[in-house]
Amino acid sequence: MGKKLTLGVVAALVLAVAAAPPAWAQKGPIKIGFIAPMTGGAAQVGKDMLNGLMMYLAERGNEIAGRKVEVIVEDNQGSPAVALTKLRKLVESDKVHVLTGGLFAHVGYALAPKVDEYKIPMLYPVMAADDLTQRKPSKWVVRTGWTSSQPSHPFGEYVAKTLGYKKVAVIAMDYAFGYEVVGGFQKTFEENGGRVIQKLWAPIGTTDFAPYLSQIKRDADAVFALMVAVSSLRFPKQYEDSGLKAKIPLIGGGTTFDEFVLPSLGDEALGGVSPLIYSAAIDTPINKRFVKEYRAKYGKVPSYYSETNYTAGRWIDEAAKAIKGDVENREKFLAALRKVEIPDAPRGPIKLDSRGNPIQTIYIRKVERKDGELWNTVVKTYPAVSQFWTYKPEQFLKDPVYSRDFPPCKYC
Amino acid sequence: MDFWISQVFNGISYGALLFLLAGGLTLIFGMMRIINLTHGSYFLLGGYVGLTVIWRTGSFPLAILVGAVAIAVLGVVQWRLFLHRLAGEELGQVLTTVGFALIFQDLALVIWGGEPYTIPAPAALTGAFNTGTLYFPVYRVFMIGVAAVVAVVLWFVLERTRVGAMMRATVDDAEMAGGVGIDVRRISMGVFALGALLAAGAGVVGGAFVGVYPGADFEILPYAFVVVIVGGMGSLRGALIGSLLVGLLDNFGKALFPEFSYFTLFAPMAAILAIRPTGLFGRA
Repeated sequence: MGKKLTLGVVAALVLAVAAAPPAWAQKGPIKIGFIAPMTGGAAQVGKDMLNGLMMYLAERGNEIAGRKVEVIVEDNQGSPAVALTKLRKLVESDKVHVLTGGLFAHVGYALAPKVDEYKIPMLYPVMAADDLTQRKPSKWVVRTGWTSSQPSHPFGEYVAKTLGYKKVAVIAMDYAFGYEVVGGFQKTFEENGGRVIQKLWAPIGTTDFAPYLSQIKRDADAVFALMVAVSSLRFPKQYEDSGLKAKIPLIGGGTTFDEFVLPSLGDEALGGVSPLIYSAAIDTPINKRFVKEYRAKYGKVPSYYSETNYTAGRWIDEAAKAIKGDVENREKFLAALRKVEIPDAPRGPIKLDSRGNPIQTIYIRKVERKDGELWNTVVKTYPAVSQFWTYKPEQFLKDPVYSRDFPPCKYC
Repeated sequence: MDFWISQVFNGISYGALLFLLAGGLTLIFGMMRIINLTHGSYFLLGGYVGLTVIWRTGSFPLAILVGAVAIAVLGVVQWRLFLHRLAGEELGQVLTTVGFALIFQDLALVIWGGEPYTIPAPAALTGAFNTGTLYFPVYRVFMIGVAAVVAVVLWFVLERTRVGAMMRATVDDAEMAGGVGIDVRRISMGVFALGALLAAGAGVVGGAFVGVYPGADFEILPYAFVVVIVGGMGSLRGALIGSLLVGLLDNFGKALFPEFSYFTLFAPMAAILAIRPTGLFGRA
């Protein structure tokens, strides 16, 4: 009798569990925590990022894997310290299920250990510091963006072989992102027979580039410039005014000619060649639709910041679907996030390599005027480029991360 | 030789921009002793207003005029309602003006967005004078010219006119000045307005050179203070020499020792202040 009762209870329990609606139906919305600068100098970049994410979610009716989505936006004013405070708030009091956003490499480095401590998945659609998926990987960080040196590797080859430049002078922003973009370029450029004959490092926030420009070696075949945000706005003009543009062509890292500044630039930017994981001018139906709808909604051409965050929304969507919305199970969610493959993002097909950085198309772009606007016309595509380019990862990782002095400037 | 000529030219032209900015600050901070941390905001807002005028009318001179006058009015309102009550209260001035700077920053973000812009210079001011291997961008020559004109006019007004004498009297001893029948309040307001006017004008002229973007206010502010402190509080000549010094130091530091560019800029300043705590031309 006692035994039968026990069995009966067990049976009833089993039935009850089986008959219960799926767990997520009662759990309320999936909460996404978004951290980016919303005020201060980088506010517009933060806005571009948020626009991308919100546009994706709106297209899905703000629903992912059958659950409503709630985005909680936190402003870190571009500061790593504030980002950490906001991270704690999002995890501890808002109880978000996943985090995304972030701008600037040093913010990325600051957040990663804390994200690991909280054991909560965080997407890095923009922060590109190489070592986060190379020598200092972080378990809970899912990089859906890029490494700084990733577009530079094919570009070095392109400049040496296709453009045929032999000697290049470099001027770049004096911080980690600059070192990594320049380092990747120098490595492959010199392996293909080119020579970097000069490296000038300008502090972030340099207003007047004239002292650097007057030093540029005049026998260079091209000048490689890495500028970010406001300096991208100033540099091309000063380059032209110094009389250099007429003599030495300007090439550079992708952010030097980003869509973010192109509308504010004029003829001085024309002809600039640079590589990146995205161009608003990519000629595919998916990207054309993306650009058209983004413009209709926000009144401007999407930058790579918008695209990567749009795709981050898709990324969360795909992973949540794969685990049927059970995002409360963080380990499972993380595993699903790492498995996502997107064959048709606006920027092309994307999947993660074994160290968690996207393998994706790199676009070589040239600034041209079309219908009165400046666009980054794609002149060549390198499909399926990994952060290690054509090198064996083990071999590549034996070198130190790119820095001011690595690779050394042998021909300076 | 080319190297030295072009570096000196670059240094002077950057110093010219700094003078336009610091000339206003030397009036407000140096002469009136109001620690005005909103000065950078005048520069930025002047740039934004100028930008709007250019978009509407396409006229560069009009942009400078409207930008400068609009911000001068703003400065006067700020002075009338808040700052003149805080005479001599440095802490109160710092807190109030930082507060204003932050409010202006966010207002600018709301009105003009966070997009970085440059003010399009008229075609006549673009390009470069070219002699052999030397290039002198026209816009830099223009900045030097504007700074020279402003310096001469300011000097003339302050030293050679009745109004200038009234200004100096007000600044030196407001009570006595009032006693001999000078309208101290109106003169103070005028000096403050002139300071804001110069900063905003510099914002439009500089906007074509460094751009107009959120954060420019706090980027440019320390340079202005350094110029005024090194040159000496309240001395127009000090502001002029200080600007040239900072422009040249900044330029040669970057050109000769790029790794130590901040050091080469700030170390000589520390040395000057150690030897002459009142700045080069300041009075104790």
